[in-house]
Amino acid sequence: MKAERQEIPLRLELRGITKRFGDLVANDHIDITVEPGEVHALLGENGAGKSTLMNQLYGLLQPDEGEILVDGEAKVFKTPRDAIAAGIGMVHQHFMLVPVFTVAENIALGAEDVRGGPLGILDRRRNRRDVLETSKRYGLPVDPDALVEDLPVGAQQRVEIVKALTRDVDLLILDEPTAVLTPQETDELLSVMRGLAASGKSIVFITHKLREVKAIADRITVIRRGRTVATATPDTSEDELAALMVGREVSLEVSKSPSEPGRDVLKISNLVVDDDRGVRAVDGVDLTVRAGEVLGIAGVQGNGQTELVEAIMGLRVSRSGVVEVDGENLAGMSTKKILRSGVGYVPEDRSLDGVVKEFSVAENLVLDMYDRAPFGNGFKLNPKAINESAAERVTQFDIRTSSAASAVSTLSGGNQQKVVVAREMSRPLRLMIASQPTRGVDVGSIEFIHSQIIHERDNGTAVLVVSSELDEVVGLADRIAVMYRGRILATVSPDMPREEIGLLMAGITGAESAEEEEAE
Amino acid sequence: MTEPTRSGKPQIESLSTATVENLTGVDAPTRFWNRERRLGAGITIIGLLATLVFGPLAKSETARFTLSTDASGAALSINGQVGTILFGAISIALGVLMLTGKARRWQTLLLCLGIASFVLAFLCWQVAGKFMPLVDTLSGSVEYALPLILGALAGVLGERSGVVNVAIEGQFLMGAFGAALVGTLATSVWAGLVSAMIGGLIIAAMLAVLAIRFLVDQVVVGTVLNLFALGVTGFLYERLMQPNALKYNQPPQMPRWEIPGLADIPVIGPVLFNTQVLVWIALALVVLIHFALKGTRWGLRTRAVGEHPTAADTVGVRVRGLRYLNVLLGGLIAGAGGAYFTLVSTGAFNKNMTAGAGFIALAALIFGRWTPFGALGAALFFGFAQKLAYFLSVAGSPVPNQFLNMLPYIATIVAVAGLVGRVRAPAADGQPYVKS
Repeated sequence: MKAERQEIPLRLELRGITKRFGDLVANDHIDITVEPGEVHALLGENGAGKSTLMNQLYGLLQPDEGEILVDGEAKVFKTPRDAIAAGIGMVHQHFMLVPVFTVAENIALGAEDVRGGPLGILDRRRNRRDVLETSKRYGLPVDPDALVEDLPVGAQQRVEIVKALTRDVDLLILDEPTAVLTPQETDELLSVMRGLAASGKSIVFITHKLREVKAIADRITVIRRGRTVATATPDTSEDELAALMVGREVSLEVSKSPSEPGRDVLKISNLVVDDDRGVRAVDGVDLTVRAGEVLGIAGVQGNGQTELVEAIMGLRVSRSGVVEVDGENLAGMSTKKILRSGVGYVPEDRSLDGVVKEFSVAENLVLDMYDRAPFGNGFKLNPKAINESAAERVTQFDIRTSSAASAVSTLSGGNQQKVVVAREMSRPLRLMIASQPTRGVDVGSIEFIHSQIIHERDNGTAVLVVSSELDEVVGLADRIAVMYRGRILATVSPDMPREEIGLLMAGITGAESAEEEEAE
Repeated sequence: MTEPTRSGKPQIESLSTATVENLTGVDAPTRFWNRERRLGAGITIIGLLATLVFGPLAKSETARFTLSTDASGAALSINGQVGTILFGAISIALGVLMLTGKARRWQTLLLCLGIASFVLAFLCWQVAGKFMPLVDTLSGSVEYALPLILGALAGVLGERSGVVNVAIEGQFLMGAFGAALVGTLATSVWAGLVSAMIGGLIIAAMLAVLAIRFLVDQVVVGTVLNLFALGVTGFLYERLMQPNALKYNQPPQMPRWEIPGLADIPVIGPVLFNTQVLVWIALALVVLIHFALKGTRWGLRTRAVGEHPTAADTVGVRVRGLRYLNVLLGGLIAGAGGAYFTLVSTGAFNKNMTAGAGFIALAALIFGRWTPFGALGAALFFGFAQKLAYFLSVAGSPVPNQFLNMLPYIATIVAVAGLVGRVRAPAADGQPYVKS
């Protein structure tokens, strides 16, 4: 089923691509040229229109205006099948793999090797051989017989790349490929990308991480609000790139004074928590967060951070261990009671746990206090107080909305997050827990949210920040606890070199790495 | 780490990859009341019920299980009371074995044996002093199971591609009606069967368009279509068939096929090799769909579309097209299942004659874990319960008739709620696919 095309590198040109969704112009006359064998970074904030653009290139969406030229020839991609036939492959941000299929089945899907003519009997042996061949040729180890759901994300990503490469594509689109990887896995991926480019493949690398862009890209196109604002080279400084991306000067560093830690506020001892499947997720964690300091928890997603935070907040029953705030045991307390005892909580999944999207901004701002004076008395609400307080918060927290009465769903991700942060910081707090506080948030809002978190710290609140973005943890935290497979491997200073923290995130402590080497 | 291509990579990379891959290796903690022990407890309890309740109630007379369709010929005989207590005790033993938690590998086998012993204990109690013709019972079970097999297969096709088919009942009714009407007019069984399939197809087409094209909730659509089929066939029956029964409602009956030689094997021969053509069709479909789902391009794509439609779409699989195809194929099969009611079972159409069989087929699909062979097994189990209820009421069981008629439904509830456990349905089952 492989397309027979001559092995010359592919040159791609996008001319005046425009895509509208109703009134919103997601892409506004975008021009990009990707030269053969080049790594072309597409840099932009969340919601800038990068993914929309690439979905048009991959045949998932059709442009309203403009044309796509492959090797100088105008092409129309109605389905991904057309794009693949023209030599374009894509690795999506959310992996497009069927979890209950084997690696080989996932790679075969849509381009199966078959026998028996119209019967279409799968030729598993040939399929397996193709997978191993591609895997070997590009140095991407995958086990064709493993079930995808059993694989860690890094391995799943290799499967996605092999899947695209078995289809003989010459241009590979990688959509935010490093979002789920450890620093080491990221480095590995970047070296794979270099290898692919060297063998003549063109790569379009979508990201908002400046460090990676500078490390790998040959050329950079910056997109802001659906328009190409600049084409830059990798020697452009990070600050300049950030300014191009956001449209104004931004400071990438979190500015903060040294912390002045006080009494122990949050004390966790020997906490054990299971996840939804009954598998141990938090395996004996001890943590202390002091007043006036930020403790950051670094770790690759899925190492028990979610369960740890949910257990603290009373959203998940722990199997054993003690969680205390100012000496008071939280065991058996309802989440409502925990929140009202002076704990602020920014949940990791904003749309699921943070806001009620259909509710207005004003309503969302009082979700924690709707039955308390002045907002209500447990029987009826007091709209006047709610609206007045909302107007105040909207200014104070710079929430960009047409009105406090607009539904939260009409706001951008960053502004939705500001609603959550504003609500949680409107109570007097002893402890603040922020889980992935800037996920899916634009750079401008990240800056603001970070400064609010530091502000809260300086007011003497104990702050626990959980993030899978190492940069964020390093920037915010006064101490960093690295979590791996449900345990805190070490608590380190943010001044520790990134590489060493990265090794800890991959579970390698000094002693263990020696053992592993022996085992290999 | 057995990946063969790993060796050529630099040391540090293979090291980090190896460590990260161990991430998923966290073992599940072993809970005492795991699935096996809970099932073991259940089996022990029903075993105790058989021994301590059925046993004393059973008459101490001979229970005869004849190897024919009537009281004549060779028979397996056992004292009713002894048999009840004996099989009850076997059931307890199997349950206790499962409770020890040491027979995990044989879990399914022990479960089946435990239930079988309980059923045998129950039979010994009921048949004591009487006889039960085994051939008649088994071939009756297969016959009752027939529409359930076809209905559940229709469900398998739809749900494996992500469309929930609650309208099997409606497809049965349309099939039964179409078979009676066209079969009578054309005086041909085969014309009847074909129009039954078209009847099922009509309902399937409405389900497909509403669920796939217009994204209406699939369970609601299915329910509405069942009511629609009931109304349409009921109306036509009263207006058309009832006044002119001879002209419109006297379909020919489907022939039996006897395979010479094989049909003479005791018990199995008459049950399997001297039976309705439709049974053969159904069994062939089970095997065919099983292998097609596993080993063909169509099957791989069907499963992908039912599990992760977006992933299938991004590699060029036509999600909606495949769903249409599968729902329509399912309609043809369920329609053929409907033909059973008029061409095999009763010989004439009657208002609401399917009486919920479509829902039992749906239960068989779930009990059978969305697989063709599972559905076959579940359908046979339910068919047996139905035949047993019929046999016992004819044989004059002390249990009131109304309770016996509940038997198939109770078996369904127990099977689906109690035994299935946490089964994983296709991940995108019931979710319409909208391109984002």
